Amino acid sequence: MSNSVSTNSPSVSFIRKESTQALPPPIRATGALAWIRDNLFSTVFNTVLTFISLALIYLMLMQLLHFAFFDATFTGQDRSACLSSASRPEPGACWSFISTYINYFIYGSYPIDLRWRVNIVYVLFFISMVWVLWINAPKRAWGAISFFIILPIVSYILLLGAPSLGLEKVTTERLGGMVVTFIVAIVGIVVSLPLGILLALGRRSNLPIVKVFCVIFIEFVRGVPLITVLFAANFMLPLFLPPDLNPDRLLRALVAVVLFSAAYMAEVVRAGLQALPKGQYEGANAMGLSYWQSMRLIILPQALKATLPNIVNSNVALFKDTTLVSTVGIFDFVNTLQASFKNPDWATPVTSTTGWLFAAAFYFVCCYSMSSYARTIETRLAIADKR
Amino acid sequence: MKSSLISLTVGSAITLIAGAVSAGTLDTVKSKGFLQCGSNTSLAGFGQPDPQGNWKGLDVDFCRAVASAIFNDPTKVKFTPLAAKDRFTALQSGEIDALVRNTTWTLSRDTTLGAFFGAVNYYDGQGFLVRKSMNIKSALELNGATVCVQQGTTTELNLTDYFRANKITYKPVVFAGSDETLKAYDSGRCDAYTTDASGLYAERLKLTKPEDNAVLPEIISKEPLGPAVRQGDDQWANIIRWTHYAMVTAEEQGVTTANVDEMLKSTNPDIKRLLGTEGKFGEGLGLKNDWAYQIIKNVGNYGESFERNVGAGSQLKIARGQNGLWSKGGLQYAPPIR
Repeated sequence: MSNSVSTNSPSVSFIRKESTQALPPPIRATGALAWIRDNLFSTVFNTVLTFISLALIYLMLMQLLHFAFFDATFTGQDRSACLSSASRPEPGACWSFISTYINYFIYGSYPIDLRWRVNIVYVLFFISMVWVLWINAPKRAWGAISFFIILPIVSYILLLGAPSLGLEKVTTERLGGMVVTFIVAIVGIVVSLPLGILLALGRRSNLPIVKVFCVIFIEFVRGVPLITVLFAANFMLPLFLPPDLNPDRLLRALVAVVLFSAAYMAEVVRAGLQALPKGQYEGANAMGLSYWQSMRLIILPQALKATLPNIVNSNVALFKDTTLVSTVGIFDFVNTLQASFKNPDWATPVTSTTGWLFAAAFYFVCCYSMSSYARTIETRLAIADKR
Repeated sequence: MKSSLISLTVGSAITLIAGAVSAGTLDTVKSKGFLQCGSNTSLAGFGQPDPQGNWKGLDVDFCRAVASAIFNDPTKVKFTPLAAKDRFTALQSGEIDALVRNTTWTLSRDTTLGAFFGAVNYYDGQGFLVRKSMNIKSALELNGATVCVQQGTTTELNLTDYFRANKITYKPVVFAGSDETLKAYDSGRCDAYTTDASGLYAERLKLTKPEDNAVLPEIISKEPLGPAVRQGDDQWANIIRWTHYAMVTAEEQGVTTANVDEMLKSTNPDIKRLLGTEGKFGEGLGLKNDWAYQIIKNVGNYGESFERNVGAGSQLKIARGQNGLWSKGGLQYAPPIR
């Protein structure tokens, strides 16, 4: 019937042969515009909030941009360049102060003609760190050896010198700035993790003496603030030791930081150990694995994976806590910064603000890259769970 | 501002323990090959690192002068930057050989902390900073003024005492940190700002318009700053003390870094004794006879060091005032070298 209609009267062929092209979804339902509509302007109240927030962000951002760039001073030999003038009544950041002092921030008081040694350490540190952290890097085992064995030895020899190798000796007082910040942070992170794992295992051990020792250590260290530990290491230790057996100031602070963060790390790892179902431990025993084998092959890989966000969290916190060593007279980055504020050649109303802005940028870059890297690792480890 | 209970108790404990630190600091220093000097972590004009990381300042110069007297070499000195709480422990434990860190000489530090102050290399004291537009010439005219001061310091106590003694009314505005205190003054919150005079000159540079502000002539407290050593080593104490006196004597006699070589030929007996061309005064100290020559040659006399670090040659531009020579109305007076 229908057939006859279509063939007999082609002028009224109202039945379509092919479907029309699909229209794009209405612009209000998907895409950026829809997102904006749904999230920012869904109700009158939200619309008002959005505009208020935008205005606030604009105001703050403009203030920051004006201070950091538009009104900032980039060249100049001394403070006079950064003072207010008729053409610029509200001077912005004094970046020429940072550029004058940048070498001091990076190297501290390290002898200028020996700074190539610090540069080598920086380069070696950067290469081996990327090598270890880059998951698809070739021969990562070598990277690990370079980071954990070669780097510490070479840095020690290069930074402090070895007269037998023809390298002039440099005392730790000459170390300063970011060098010290990195040393304290890296040593703290690298040493405290294994130490923390041992303490965590010890705390869950069946051996009473080991257990009591670990519990006492962890609880004692967790019970006092880091600054107290630093003060004790710095002021009290020399009183109990004979004068010629006086450990180096930087070493004292390093030991204090390591012990302190190890106690925190131990609790983080213990959380992971306790989160594992008992069956994992029993399974490992049933396989006939020894204690260390079962820990290495079954328990720790799972426990550490579970606590990775917390471990990174502790490490980021530790990196920022390194600034506390400045209170005991060690010239880490923050202390070099504060020392430079006092220079009368550069004392202006904006000098310290500029310095702190620079410090904030430095710490943000370091901490943010740590946490972004950790997120990549987490995503990678999570693949196993999705299977 | 400069004392605390902790340092007192720790100090009295350590005087007992550290009695064991043996005499003969000079021999120790000579065998080490360098002088270990306790310095400030950073104080404008007195001791602070420059952009190259070298230590500069009045106190730093003093350490270099001692090193010159012992080793004929001003670079044979290492600096241990010390926090205020840290300094006496470091001295007592033998970590440093001398404490040259703008430390105020007080009775309790001589008695309970076991420190020995050899000399006064800077007479400091509390002063006032006011805006020039106020047209004030003396602190006594500050009647009814608001004064910005840092909380919980001896500065605050001195301020109260001074105004009460002179029967002047004032309104204190206290802040926790020194930066906030200064900002408040800068923003016009107070008429005057008070702290140690040497600090006033340094803080003034952080103001929006430093040239519109002036330091009043009155100094309302005594803060004699000087180098300190451990008690019980008289030879070492003498070296520290006479290093300062040699620098003052050199200024008195007009001996400078530039003309010291010429001055060796001088016939003036005072200069001859100072530079070691007559008598054996250096040997008496356990040093070489040209000890003072080395100090002046390498570091300069007291006036040179003062002008270079805190005086006209620096941004601070502190007037000599009490730190001038006794013959010019100041307090710097050196006993004769003879």
